[in-house]
Amino acid sequence: MSLRKIISNKTMSAFAVILTVFASTSVFAQEAAATAKPIDMGPIYKSTLFYVLLFLLLCLFIAIVGKALRVYELTRETQGKPEGINWDTVNGVLFAIFLVVGLYGVYWEYTVHGEMILPEAASEHGKRIDEMFNLTLIITTIVFILTHIVLFAFAYFYKSSGNRKAYYYPHNNSLERIWTIVPALVLTVLVLMGFLTWRSIFYKIEDPNNKPLSIEVTSSQFQWDIRYPGADGVVGLKNYKKITAINALGIDFSKKESLDDQVADEIVLPVNKPVRFILTSKDVLHSFYMPHFRVQLNTVPGMTSYFEFTPTITTDEMKVKTNDPSFNYLLLCAKICGSNHYNMQKPVRVVSQAEYDEWVTKQTPYLTDDLRKVFNLPVPVAPATPAKAADTTAKDSTAITNQIALKK
Amino acid sequence: MSTISLQDTHHHDNHDDHGHHHETFISKYIFSMDHKMIAKQFLITGIIMAVIAMGLSILFRLQLAWPDKSFPLLESFLGKWAEGGRIKPDFYLALVTIHGTIMVFFVLTAGLSGTFSNLLIPLQLGARDMASPFLNMLSYWFFFSACVIMMGSFFIQTGPASAGWTIYPPLSAIPKAIDGSAMGMTMWLISMVMFVASSLMGGINYVTTVLNMRTKGMDLWKMPLTIWAFFLTAILGILSFPVLVAGVVLLIFDRSFGTSFYLSDIVMGTQVLPNEGGSPILWQHLFWFLGHPEVYIVIMPALGISSEIISINSRKPIFGYHAMIYSLIGITTLSFIVWGHHMFVTGMNPLLGGVFMITTLIIAVPSAVKTFNYLATLWRGNIRFTPAMLFAIGLVSFFISGGLTGIFLGNAALDINLHDTYFVVAHFHLVMGSAAIFGMLAGVYHWFPKMFGKMMSAKLGYLHFWLTFICAYLVFFPLHFLGLDGVPRRYYAFTEFEFMNKWLTVNVFVTWAAIIAALAQVAFLFNFFYSIFRGKKAPQNPWEANTLEWTTPVEHLHGNWPGEIPTVYRWPYDYSKPGAETDFIPQTVPFSQTMSSNLPHDFEGNTEAEEIQKGWEVKNKPAATEAE
Repeated sequence: MSLRKIISNKTMSAFAVILTVFASTSVFAQEAAATAKPIDMGPIYKSTLFYVLLFLLLCLFIAIVGKALRVYELTRETQGKPEGINWDTVNGVLFAIFLVVGLYGVYWEYTVHGEMILPEAASEHGKRIDEMFNLTLIITTIVFILTHIVLFAFAYFYKSSGNRKAYYYPHNNSLERIWTIVPALVLTVLVLMGFLTWRSIFYKIEDPNNKPLSIEVTSSQFQWDIRYPGADGVVGLKNYKKITAINALGIDFSKKESLDDQVADEIVLPVNKPVRFILTSKDVLHSFYMPHFRVQLNTVPGMTSYFEFTPTITTDEMKVKTNDPSFNYLLLCAKICGSNHYNMQKPVRVVSQAEYDEWVTKQTPYLTDDLRKVFNLPVPVAPATPAKAADTTAKDSTAITNQIALKK
Repeated sequence: MSTISLQDTHHHDNHDDHGHHHETFISKYIFSMDHKMIAKQFLITGIIMAVIAMGLSILFRLQLAWPDKSFPLLESFLGKWAEGGRIKPDFYLALVTIHGTIMVFFVLTAGLSGTFSNLLIPLQLGARDMASPFLNMLSYWFFFSACVIMMGSFFIQTGPASAGWTIYPPLSAIPKAIDGSAMGMTMWLISMVMFVASSLMGGINYVTTVLNMRTKGMDLWKMPLTIWAFFLTAILGILSFPVLVAGVVLLIFDRSFGTSFYLSDIVMGTQVLPNEGGSPILWQHLFWFLGHPEVYIVIMPALGISSEIISINSRKPIFGYHAMIYSLIGITTLSFIVWGHHMFVTGMNPLLGGVFMITTLIIAVPSAVKTFNYLATLWRGNIRFTPAMLFAIGLVSFFISGGLTGIFLGNAALDINLHDTYFVVAHFHLVMGSAAIFGMLAGVYHWFPKMFGKMMSAKLGYLHFWLTFICAYLVFFPLHFLGLDGVPRRYYAFTEFEFMNKWLTVNVFVTWAAIIAALAQVAFLFNFFYSIFRGKKAPQNPWEANTLEWTTPVEHLHGNWPGEIPTVYRWPYDYSKPGAETDFIPQTVPFSQTMSSNLPHDFEGNTEAEEIQKGWEVKNKPAATEAE
């Protein structure tokens, strides 16, 4: 076992002792001791003690160094020489070193961890967000670097020396005007661009020849239920009061738009076709987050929200681009929702239109024979087939999903 | 004014006649009504809460770094919450919730404002005590009870609140949704109501004292920036905290009395809840109407403290005193109309998103002005690196770093992908967590001599600063990149997603940095408590500062000044004034004693004084007047 491993194993336990004292209760400790299977705590306590002692040794070492410094300073004093260590110089130099090392650290972070972040946006609006992000990143990085150079350089150059007096400089109105107006102008640019990007994402003008594919997503602890609209292209109404063990989403099957709705255990999207997610929640808040598409919106019980976007890169293309054969798009939950929040996911695939068409016909409808009985619908003798494709005009007449709350 | 000065003389006579009032242990140390003692009570309670919250953070950092390792010791201490030596997901969420709550409210609001407003407002303004000492005492004891109740929730069967420190309903409203929303959440809510009561009593007291009890000559534009910051912070608190109470009361109603303010259309499993017509978004509006001013309640006192410390230790006047105040006022005003930037992706009307983006980015302007003014104050200074000064410079660095990432998050379009990711965690831990805690530490190092009459060890202070400063960056800088990779916050483990595996090593690194930072605080704690009892005795004015608090005797006495309260003649930032004998001129020194250093600007248009000054200059500085 490598030294590092040992340290990480045992020190952890050691710190845990110190730091959990406050947050713990002896009642639970006793309870646990009574019920848990006997673990030999002897060696653990010993190693804990070992690391506590190690820490105390370190403290002792620091104390000795401190005393030595004190003795050194006192001897200098008694000899009438100037103070032993000029701490202003020490700290000034440390700031200079911190600046240099820190700048390298930032460069390292940008290049190493910066390489590990999300790949390019896989959606139309995502590209605009990325541009916006890059612009903001450039501006803020420049400001970040410059102000830090100035801050630490001042700390270094203007550290106290006995023979100098500071420069009395209480104010300078033109300087102050400059650094009020320049940030204001830069921020105005960012605000305007952000505002336009934001608008273009949430206020979409519908193209009648390229209607979005509607997909309904229902979140609950801790799963996503996906509903495809079926042949009529319309996701039928649902009502939370109709939720039962066999009708988990509370779909209202007395409406004919619901009859052909399909269950899917993954989200499959045709590339370059707008898709409109209808987001609802059954219990608590969740957040519909698909980072690769730059898509996020909370799902709220009692309120339907919508997010429309166009995926532009298929999963296979992305595998090539990221050079990662196991790459997959993901849907995850980004709003704290309970104990399994960290594992609330759904695979997402972007495929060509042809692949999508083939996939979508294979999906089973929500309407099962049991549900037909509940809703007094005729139960077909033959295995249930999805309703035949309704003609396209029907779409417009009944489209509830197209009452667009967010569009103006 | 006349009545106050009358009272002052009366008070003064009392002291001469009878000496001190008879003080028992209880009236002096426990139910004290002396602002200095109350400040110390706030500080020590705040430090204890900070240590607890830091401990909690180490616990969940352990889980994040080694998600599949067992720590049997955890089970010994946490029992069923860490069965088999591994923290459970529910308890993990409880840890982050309570860590956030304690840090934001108990440490950085009460610990920071409570300590320094109480200590400095009377001392720097020249008042004998707060306007209402009894209210002040009550404020502390409400705060203390709030702390006890919050910590008490660790000792109940279902565990502490665990819906995140923002306790968004329905998760926080429905006990079935998560264990922490049972009794634990009730205790959270009660604790928070008491906390708000405490901070309101404090705030009203601060505002009243600042407005009514300034000493002679201390007009508003002669107040130190610390006082301006505390004053505006108190106003913010008074205006925004009641909104949180309103929200909390509605949530209590929803939880306990079956109302539907925040709940509608909810099905737990297959059980349909009867609530109809409420909206979870309403809570978010109410919460963030406090919540956003709250982050300025946290940061403004820290900015005020660092303004004072940077000016003193650069031996220079703060650059742009008026601009500093106007930017504080700007931040105060704007902070009320930016709360929606926490809600860009909640499904709120996108039009509102656009509006809140504009207001949010405007608030960056006064923040930028403050930063540049700090830099200009350092320029050509004669910087003394006291531990307080180091922490103040650290604050400026964090304020820049965290402030800049705020520009990303304040932009609604960028927030879509960054919301609720580690980018947010990194952002606010830098700009509001680290910066504010550095302001608080700077204040402790700086005013420790005033509080306890003893000096803290500077060398341990250096050690403390450098370890904390470096480790804070090591902890929070890498977290930005997790956020840019789309890793959401409040995830119990990164094991369930393949793309997160690459961040596991980063998590180990960050946890180690956090542990070192936590251990570095031992240097502070030791220094703090050791110096209270064994520290070197403090001199009258250890930092050679101008403000009034350094004119009070080192030994505390009730009423602060033994004789009459000193009169103030000048602003607090006359450092290194050309022509002056020393590099600082206290506020109590009249211009008549500093003829050689007076500037035309000092007289604020008082023609008589200008004449006298001119006459003096003709007599004493013929060369200078000829040159003009």
